Formats: sequence, C-alpha cells, structure tokens
Amino acid sequence: MATKLKEVDAVMIGMGMTGAMMAKEFTMAGLRVVGLERGPDRRPHEESILPRIRDELRYVQRIELMQDNSVDTIAFRNSSGQTALPIRRWSAFLPGEGVGGTLNHWGGMHWRYLPTDFRIRSVIRERYGASAIPPDMTIEDWPVTYDELEPYYDRFDKMCGAAGKAGNLKGRKIDGGNVFEGPRGDEYPTPPLKSSAGAVLMAEASRSLGFHPFPSPFGASSTPYTNIYGVQLGRCEYCGFCGRNTCEANAKASAPSHIMPVLRGDPRFELRTHAFVSKLIYDRQAKKVTGVLYTDMKTGEEYEQPANIVVLSAYVFGNTHMLLTSGIGQPYDPRTGRGLVGKNYCYQFEAPATAFFENRNLNPFIGAPGDRMVIDDFNGENFDHSGLGFFGGGYIVGGSGAAPPIGGRDVPPGTPAWGSQWKKETVRWYYRAIEFNTQGSVYANRANYLDIDPTYKDSLGRPLLRLTYNGTDNDHAMSRYLLTKVDAIIKAMNPTTYEMRPRPRNFTIVPYQSTHNTGGTMMGTSPGNSVINRYLQAWDASNLFIMGASTFPQQPGYNPTGTVGALAYWAADKILKDYVKRPGPLVQA
Amino acid sequence: MAEVSKLPRRDFLKAAGTAGATGAAMATGLAGCSPTTGTPTSTEANASAAIQPPLVLTPEEEAFFSASVDTIIPADELSPSGTDCGCVTFIDRQLASAWGGGAKTYRAGPFVKGTPEQGYQLPLTPHQFFVAGIQAANEWSRKTYGKPYDALGPAQRAEALTAWEAGKAEFSSFDSRLFFQRLLQITMEGFFADPIHGGNRNKVSWRMLGFPGLPATYADKVDQYRDKPYVVDEPQSIADFS
Repeated sequence: MATKLKEVDAVMIGMGMTGAMMAKEFTMAGLRVVGLERGPDRRPHEESILPRIRDELRYVQRIELMQDNSVDTIAFRNSSGQTALPIRRWSAFLPGEGVGGTLNHWGGMHWRYLPTDFRIRSVIRERYGASAIPPDMTIEDWPVTYDELEPYYDRFDKMCGAAGKAGNLKGRKIDGGNVFEGPRGDEYPTPPLKSSAGAVLMAEASRSLGFHPFPSPFGASSTPYTNIYGVQLGRCEYCGFCGRNTCEANAKASAPSHIMPVLRGDPRFELRTHAFVSKLIYDRQAKKVTGVLYTDMKTGEEYEQPANIVVLSAYVFGNTHMLLTSGIGQPYDPRTGRGLVGKNYCYQFEAPATAFFENRNLNPFIGAPGDRMVIDDFNGENFDHSGLGFFGGGYIVGGSGAAPPIGGRDVPPGTPAWGSQWKKETVRWYYRAIEFNTQGSVYANRANYLDIDPTYKDSLGRPLLRLTYNGTDNDHAMSRYLLTKVDAIIKAMNPTTYEMRPRPRNFTIVPYQSTHNTGGTMMGTSPGNSVINRYLQAWDASNLFIMGASTFPQQPGYNPTGTVGALAYWAADKILKDYVKRPGPLVQA
Repeated sequence: MAEVSKLPRRDFLKAAGTAGATGAAMATGLAGCSPTTGTPTSTEANASAAIQPPLVLTPEEEAFFSASVDTIIPADELSPSGTDCGCVTFIDRQLASAWGGGAKTYRAGPFVKGTPEQGYQLPLTPHQFFVAGIQAANEWSRKTYGKPYDALGPAQRAEALTAWEAGKAEFSSFDSRLFFQRLLQITMEGFFADPIHGGNRNKVSWRMLGFPGLPATYADKVDQYRDKPYVVDEPQSIADFS
C-alpha cells in the first residue's frame, strides 16, 4: 500500500533538462514543485572535474552516464511480423540517467527547425500537389509556428549561452551565418567556436561548389557568459569529450551546471532522486491525473505524490510508456491506423563519411562538435524535391577533432583490423582524417511505432515498451541524395582516399547512430490527430503536460534539442500566464 | 606523414631511455622492448608489480589472452607487445569489474537468438562470455592444430585469428566471429585506455599516436595549431594529473 504524501502544486517526472527548466520557471512564479528523478543526483563540482572526467573507457566506452538497462529498457524489432527482443545494453541510442538526463552527455548541436518544417505537410502539398505525399507517410503540420516559438528559442539560447553566428536577423540575411534559417530575434549569446582545420577545408570546398557554409551552432558558451538565471558559465575548451560526458568547463548546457545551482536552494523546490515513477494516477471522469505513484529505489517503498500539475519530462520512451501503462489515450494500431499513443515514432537518419589527407596535421584530440562547418542547402524544403522521389533532407557537417584514442582512430577502408600493418596505418592516419555527417530527417511512416511488449518486463514488473522501426524507402533515398553532395564536397577537397558509409538497409540496434528518438505522444490541432495540444497539454488529462521530443509529429533534418527547449519554455509561459489562473483545457477540443 | 611517425618513435625511445631511472616504467615499457633479456628489477615495488596475480583469470585464460593480445598487437618498432603493454592485466581487471559481471545490462529471459539487427542476446555476462569463448576457441585450436591457442607459433596464431574474424571457424556452440569482435574490442580498449585501468603501460599507445592526454584544454591553442602538429614531450594520464 503506497504512502500518500501531501499535495504539491506541480510534480516533474524526470529531472532532465526540461524537468529542471519547468521546475525553475514554476518556482520563479511561486509554485511549490517536487522533482522526481529515477537516477542519481549529478554534482558537477564532484563529478565533472579533472582529471577523472577524461576517462574515455569509463564514460565513452562503458557509457557511465546512461540509463541502467537492468532497471528498465525497451524491446526492439524491425517490423511488426517479428518478435521484439530487449535491448540488453544501449548502443544505437543512449538515453541518460540522473539529474540532467540525456542532455548531460549531448554533443551540443544546437538547432532550430525551419519555418517550413512546422507546416511540412501543407508545404509539400502546396509545392508538389495534393497527392504528392505517399499514403504511408503520416507526416503532419505542427500545431505551432516558427514565429510563435521564436522568442522561446531565443530564451533557450540564453539559458544555454549558445555559440553561433546568425544568418537571418529579423529578416536580414547575413553572410557567414545560416542564410536558410528562420528570422532570429537576436544574435547568439556567444560567438561561434573557432573552426578546426578540417572544418576550414570543408567550408572552402562547399563554397567552391556554390553552397553556403557556416559555423555549427553549439549549445555551449564559447566565452564566459551569465545565463538567464544568473549562473556564471565558462567557455568551451575544445576537449573533445562532449558526446558522452558532462563538461568540466561549465560551458556545455546541462541542468546540473546551468539550472540546478539556482534551483537547489529554492525552498519551493524539492528534489527526490532514485524515485522511479511507475504510473500516473488517472481520473478518467475528471480527465485529470491526480498524482503519480513512485517507488523509492533506495528502500523499495511505494509513494503516491498528489499534484495539481503533472509534468511528464522523462525521455521519449519513458513518456510514451507512462501513457500506455497508465491507460491514458488510445494506443496506436498500425493495422487500422487508429489510436495515437505510440504513433509517428521517428529517428534520425544519419550517414557519415571520412576523408583522409596525407599531408595534413589535424590534431584529432583538439575539438568540439561546435567547431565544425555546416551547409544547410539540402535540408527540409530548402531545395526543390521535384522528380527526386523523396521528401526531407538534412544538414551536412564536416570537420576534424574530438577523436579520443579508443574510439577515434579512423583508417582507410581495406586496412586490417589488427597486427603490425594495422598499427602502422593507425599511426599514419591518426592526424589525417576529416569526418562528415548527414543529419537526415525521418518522415513518419505508419509502420514505425511504439507500443507495449507482450513478453518482457522491467524491474518493477511493468511490461517493456516495444519499438518497431526500420528505415523507409523515402529516408534511404533522401540519405543517398545527401551523400552525393558529401561526395562532391570531399572530391573538391582532393583527399588521398575516402570512405562513404551509407546506412545498411535495416536499422540495427548496434552500433551507435543517434539518440534522436522522437514521437509517441505527438502534438496536434485536435484530439483526433494528436495526444497533446499546442501547449503540450494532454487532450485526455488537462493537468498533464508532456515535454521533450516525444511531442514531435516527425523529425526534421536537425538535432532536436533546440526545439525541445523552445517548446518547454513556450508551454511554461502559457501555463503560468493562463493555466494556473484557470485550470482546464487551454485549447478547446 | 614522415613528421608524425618520427615523433612518436622519438618519444617512445625517450620513454624507454628514462625507464631505467624510474622504476615503475622498468617493469613495463622497457621490459616490453626486449622481453627476452628479462633484466630483473631491483626494488620490491617493481617485483610485486611484476608478479601481481590476476583477479579472475585462470592460468589457461591468462595464457590465451596473452597469446591473442600479442597477435593483435605484436611487438614491433611502434610498440611493445599487447601483453607487455598491460592488455592482459587490463582485461583481467575489466572482467573482474562490475561491467564484467554484467552490471547495467538487462538479463531477464526468455533468451532468443533474434536477428543480427537486435544485437547481443546471450545470457552471458562479459566475464562469462570470455570464459566460455576461450574454452570453445581452445577446443577448436586443439581440433585444428593439435594444441591450445597459446601453444601455437606466431603464424598459426594469426591464421587462427583470421579464421575467427571471418566467421570461418566452427566453434562448438559459440559464435567465433562474435568472440573475435569482442576480443578485438577489449584488447584495443586495453591498449588505448588511460593507464589507470592497467593497460597502455607507460602511455605507450598515446606516445605512438601522438595523443597528448590530459588536461585537454585547448581553447587558446586552436588557432596556433590549426593544421600544425601539436606536440607534447610527455602525454599526461589521469595518474600524472592527480
């Protein structure tokens, strides 16, 4: 029997980036907030420090900061005819654990979606005809526009101290920034990172082909900066360890370094770690979630935490799982196309390439993901898709650096994997590789979805979430097209040799590809096409708000974090302005 | 190319030269350079470091790993052998660690083979995986060559590894290719990881690559070293920095 606790104004399920952002915004408005976090606390002054943080084996190979699969995991299969099996240790994607969540170890790629991305279904129909979208491509317009989100993108930039160069300031195009981006209200808070040697070469080659290179926007401060909460940030040190680690320089945005220092001491906020929320307590009649049930993983005891507002801020999988196991909303059925919870699961379709340059000295250990150069000429609707046979696109990024020695030793194709010859080639090429990546979109398909697994259970005895996903013909065609552009850029750089690495036909759960899982609790204009409304409020529970990329109708050709952050601030603003005064649906169904 | 390959060699020789003066390195880098000379070390610390018994490896497993890491990372002008670089010590510690015991992995059944896309589905922890895999590999080696893997000469060791790598060796109830992949991975980890984990003795692989190690604070060096080799005399490890 669960112990019932005293009601609070708001409870956060998951104290990752969005949980911390919402908790901070709510407490600033005077609400009393409890943050429930399944994992441990993360204390930058104890953990994100030299020299311990530079342990590549521990953090990069053994993925120290990721969720414990023995506590909870998901089951996976490529198609609905197969039997799903559990992911026994994360590999293709890496959900994080503990305060700060997955954003603790993000690479810092800090993007906004294009204005056209938010109304992609309409744009494609307008440009290519009403029947252009294949019947199995279940893409939707977002219920919110770029212009509406812009001030919240800006606020998120200034919470992160993001580094970059504007290419469109209030409609004025600026060379050297991304001229394809939507109009920005303000410059980036800090200047772009200095480019690596590889990035400089990539930009020169791209320019020679008529493309529009610019420095990669980065969710870390390039110079000391004070963020919107008054937290003093450091500067990026180009250490190369971003991708699976926290930041000892206090530069890369994360909840523990950018929000928790000012949230921890707030008497209106209480953090409870090792609190594993198993269920939302749902009142179907009242269309409300009265509270949450959680297990204290230090004692095994169960608690009920009642709350006026419930913020579901777990990872994409946890959000969808929670709705399915709590009986909120109609589960999606791919056979009929009916039901919405679990629908429009999307991934990111990345395909890399590596080029080798005999006479370069690229210092592969110096660098950060933000010191790369990017072209956005082939993203979304930035280019004409007539006759191409696919929709979507992605940015192309290139540069050198951020290659620690266990995982970052590229050798040309055909090199033996061991022995003296391998060693010789490894030494020969270690300073000489430039990496490219294509950040391909995934346009929703009716066959890709999330539901409940019939066989496997988590450590609390709940059935696992089941992921059914494979790359579609559309996304493969899109990716091959992007790689032809990468091929042209590489050729213009005149490498000694190079290797293109197109995605294999089937999606595989190893090796690492991208942690950009999206969808499952998609937002939309009505209860007939979505789980939540434009303010991230559940149609079926007016006091339940869902954060993160599970809210996306599909995944454009960019990293999702910028939009995750903007949506959270957009929702927080509406909740504090309107909902707390008049609780109830913010959009009439 | 010429510039860089010269650099690690110079560093390596320098390190080997200083090894005589600094005791700990004697048991590692220098010994690795000339394993047959076996110069006895004088201090007690060195002696105890040299004979430190394994945590979990049996004699058969230790012999197997020693033979396989020396085939994957042979002694040559670029580095000492895998064993002399500490790869076996590294593997022993890893298999004895929480990771080796299967921590943070989902271990509930049913256990179904699944498709290659579904990844690792065996009930074995990393430690159990290598215990079972070595037994299968040695059984195959006895059947194929008449002796266990560690008793083979260098050419046969390489030939056997090549067969496992290609999945052409039929181990009894074990996937030889998967075994090879995991063996290669853990060996490389031992060779390139920070020496705090027991491998990469005397930072030998970092010298070889020209990897400077810690502290990796480069904000003021990016412009200066763009397309110019960034050279340090002595790579810094976690222990050096502590």
